[in-house]
Amino acid sequence: MALDSKIPEGPLADKWTNYKNNINLVNPANKRNIDVIVVGTGLAGGSAAATLAELGYNVKAFCFQDSPRRAHSIAAQGGINAAKNYQGDGDSTYRLFYDTVKGGDYRSREANVYRLAEVSANIIDQCVAQGVPFAREYGGLLDNRSFGGVLVSRTFYAAGQTGQQLLLGAYSAMNRQIGRGKIKMYNRHEMLDVVIVDGKARGIIARNLVTGEIERHSAHAVVLGTGGYGNVFFLSTNAMGSNVTAAWKAHKRGAFFANPCYTQIHPTCIPVSGDHQSKLTLMSESLRNDGRIWVPKNMEDVLAIREGKLKPTAIPEENRDYYLERRYPAFGNLVPRDVASRAAKERCDAGYGVNKTGEAVYLDFASAIERYGKEQATVRHLDVNDKALVKKLGQEVIREKYGNLFQMYEKIVDQDPYNTPMMIYPAVHYTMGGLWVDYNLMTNVPGLYAIGEANFSDHGANRLGASALMQGLADGYFVLPYTIGDYLSKDIRTGKIPTNTPEFDQAEKNVKDSLDHLINNKGTHSVDHFHKRLGKIMWNKCGMARNAQGLQEAIVEIAELRKEFWRDVRVPGTQNEYNEELAKAMRVADYLELGELFAKDALQREESAGGHFREEYQTEEGEALRRPEFQYVAAWEFKGEPKEAVLHKEELKYENIEVKERSYK
Amino acid sequence: MKLTLKIWRQKNADTKGKLVDYQIDGIEGDMSFLEMLDVLNEQLINKGEEPVAFDHDCREGICGTCSLYINGEAHGPDRLVTTCQLHMRMFNDGDTIHIEPFRATAFPVIKDLVVDRSSFDRIQHAGGFISVNTSGNTIDANAIPINKHDADTAFESATCIGCGACVASCKNSSAMLFVGAKVSQFALLPQGKIEATERVLNMVKQMDEEGFGNCTNTGACEVECPKGISLENIARLNREYLAAGLKG
Amino acid sequence: MSGILNSSIGRKFAMALSAFFLMIFLLQHFAINILSVFSADTFNEASHFMGTFWVVQYVFQPILILGVLFHFVMGMILEIRNRNARKIAYVKNNGSANSTWMSRNMIWTGGAILLFLGLHFYDFWLPEINTKFIEGDMSGTLANGEYRYFEELQHKFVDVWRVALYCLAFVFLALHLLHGFSSAFQSVGANNKYTRGLKGFGKAYAIIIPLGFIFIALYHHFNH
Repeated sequence: MALDSKIPEGPLADKWTNYKNNINLVNPANKRNIDVIVVGTGLAGGSAAATLAELGYNVKAFCFQDSPRRAHSIAAQGGINAAKNYQGDGDSTYRLFYDTVKGGDYRSREANVYRLAEVSANIIDQCVAQGVPFAREYGGLLDNRSFGGVLVSRTFYAAGQTGQQLLLGAYSAMNRQIGRGKIKMYNRHEMLDVVIVDGKARGIIARNLVTGEIERHSAHAVVLGTGGYGNVFFLSTNAMGSNVTAAWKAHKRGAFFANPCYTQIHPTCIPVSGDHQSKLTLMSESLRNDGRIWVPKNMEDVLAIREGKLKPTAIPEENRDYYLERRYPAFGNLVPRDVASRAAKERCDAGYGVNKTGEAVYLDFASAIERYGKEQATVRHLDVNDKALVKKLGQEVIREKYGNLFQMYEKIVDQDPYNTPMMIYPAVHYTMGGLWVDYNLMTNVPGLYAIGEANFSDHGANRLGASALMQGLADGYFVLPYTIGDYLSKDIRTGKIPTNTPEFDQAEKNVKDSLDHLINNKGTHSVDHFHKRLGKIMWNKCGMARNAQGLQEAIVEIAELRKEFWRDVRVPGTQNEYNEELAKAMRVADYLELGELFAKDALQREESAGGHFREEYQTEEGEALRRPEFQYVAAWEFKGEPKEAVLHKEELKYENIEVKERSYK
Repeated sequence: MKLTLKIWRQKNADTKGKLVDYQIDGIEGDMSFLEMLDVLNEQLINKGEEPVAFDHDCREGICGTCSLYINGEAHGPDRLVTTCQLHMRMFNDGDTIHIEPFRATAFPVIKDLVVDRSSFDRIQHAGGFISVNTSGNTIDANAIPINKHDADTAFESATCIGCGACVASCKNSSAMLFVGAKVSQFALLPQGKIEATERVLNMVKQMDEEGFGNCTNTGACEVECPKGISLENIARLNREYLAAGLKG
Repeated sequence: MSGILNSSIGRKFAMALSAFFLMIFLLQHFAINILSVFSADTFNEASHFMGTFWVVQYVFQPILILGVLFHFVMGMILEIRNRNARKIAYVKNNGSANSTWMSRNMIWTGGAILLFLGLHFYDFWLPEINTKFIEGDMSGTLANGEYRYFEELQHKFVDVWRVALYCLAFVFLALHLLHGFSSAFQSVGANNKYTRGLKGFGKAYAIIIPLGFIFIALYHHFNH
């Protein structure tokens, strides 16, 4: 089956406008007769649900959390990009498009990314109108900051809680529609299957997580805004409940899963402290604007630090290795995430890690504190040579900028980052891969859409900072509402979709069989036991650096682990009650399949690109070696077992951008 | 460290619950409180017992899902943190820790330590929004400059995570800090002023219908709020409401 | 508007308004009582004026009684509603970690003040009403032609138990005011840059006024 990305004809800059001018619309009276299911209520799902309801469709929205406001978009810290050029530093739609394609290591679809850059400015207008309190300057206008991998300041932010504020904006838009009865909200519900009728997505099977009841819901189209699958690594910055189940079930019903191996490992997370660790905490990338990353130059200093005999502050400048500044003088500490993460791993693998486990590097604010302190002292006409004063003034500036992050760090690590450098290490953060979608954001299953992190998206092999929020809201507010209308215009005479059909029977039976098996299995190990083992395989063999041998081993090990899971997992309690272990078991079962496809995808991609780094394919300097013959999207078709998945390629064409070596030196 | 836990166990909303004692060993200071409960649950599952149900998700203090009334305080003894950010180094070897669900008539228990906070959602449905369409055809974001102080104050109010610690800590189970924060966010911004009257009247009406108690200004909510939402928000709510009442 | 008064915030506002009224009354009551320490004559004249001027007797006095009753009844209503808002209590609650004892026990300090008001009415108000309106003696004088007010005042504070009860009641009043004063301002929405100053003033008021009443009671106990 050939993949048709349905990219409109015409020049890049006109594609979206032309497309919108030529699609079919649904008459408002007919919208009332059309139902749409939206699964997930993060930035993508929440904004889509609100907008579709506002247009007049009947929306049923589902989230596994106890309120739509708790979706994990809420945890995004740093900001949201938009090509507003408010700072007058030369930003434009094209430049945002260019940075995104380059940042993604030339593995994303040109037309989609251009559209994303084009609607980005609308997002900010929309959010401000909704009452999102972005940071402002004293003149009352919006403030911007810069983020890794770009040379302009285009990131809008609300302290270190931008995701929270944007999500609350989308949530408020949903509330308005819930209040009007246009959205029917199903909290604490987990989608466990998609129902396909006559080749089209026509509904879902969901489990009420409070009562355990299995429910059938029908609609004319199903939209998945269910986020990423970083938790396949067990430890990630994702929320504990974040899961791949909805996307994976869609995959098993025929939707292609694209580029599963593209995972973003974020460079600035708090290091793992022990085996009890349940999740990892991100420190916003914005910290790299002011923090300098280093490890000691000398091994004896490293050892002394690990033994607690030496304090990092006691190491003189000349004995520190600011390795990002050394390797990438042009971008320095602001190189993209994939580059920064690999560089940290390189130093730690070489033995220079600074905590007990040897898996941490320093993020140091001392120079920034001194710089800001001197600036403040000058502004206030105070003595710039008074070291204590300068330090105090500098710390105040840092507190204003990053206070909440510093406080979070101190609570977790029990060290004061104002006076000693932070310790950071990369952690799994975002998954660029996801369900394959065309220009309309529709999967290859008609009527089944994937938006936000759940689709394989606009980020190619690596996502730039502050672009996830942009993509989620662009999809939900501005893209999907148009494209889905074109599809639904053919459904105005269909009428209500019945739920008493064999397709629903079969899907429900499938779900019930799995639940029955898990509850009655009475094995010897908990769900977490298997999840942690899966995570170890993934991190060691499909993590920041991968090679053919490790990936082949991973495929075998994951398949074995999956068999063991179904044979030996123990899920306490019953089905017809609140049972978190059962919910977790269903999610981990899907991760155990996805993990294998992940490794298979990484194995076939014999190149290094963005977040995917194959040790066999690197330059002499240790940089990623991209190969032109892999300039395609790998879309996998499910064939019964993950290892039997069939690869479909969507060639990527770059007509408006020159594919170059991605250099940040 | 070794601890004695006294945990509220309750099968479901219709049954009576009680405190059950558990002994737990090998807890480290670097663990978060929820990781300590993970350890307990792993042990319970391995013994063939039912694990303790508790709400949690992001485990970084922002989603507002985790709750727990620990040793008589919402989110435990530390300040400006949620339970998921509370670390075991706050406790000592040999301590006895009481763990109860957030209690309020408007927050019925679902199971063990899990409560239903959908009353908060319903208050938001009543008016927690600005009625603009999401069409994108709004005015330019910089068309209306907003005084930085007002914008910053609105942001501070908007940082509420809706966890319900204010209700749980309040001797009256009042939700006024939560409602005050939302009303304040919009009342401070020019975009929000247009519907301010209807918003505050509708949200307070819903709040009262949900069965929350009445604020008596004890200030417990402000102290226990993991995001440091201040009592000024309640004062502003009172002002907005009274002004709306006089107008309406 | 009636909907507003039936709402939680409306009730709270009404509670605060009645509190303001009572706090002003308290100040006035104190101002007249303290005269008794300095000059029996001035005290007598002031008392007679208050006791016989028709505006005070027929306008302010009923309002005051209604105000007290309203404050009490509304306080009870709120207490009952607030208790219903949490039907199952915590097994362990560490209230002192986040709020003052005073703020959590307004119903008890208020109740104690109400009991005291009973005694106070029995001591002063009922005899006054009896003399003036049942017996019809509006002269305000004793048989010897002198004003009776100072004499009656001193007579009441002879009994050590009564003085002790009065002092105890004023302690409860202080506790009630320590929270009540600033709480009333918060309830009407006053929370701004003056709040800190206002809180300080409120604390001073809550301590000085009851302490003054205690002083007056002790003064007359030891100086009759």
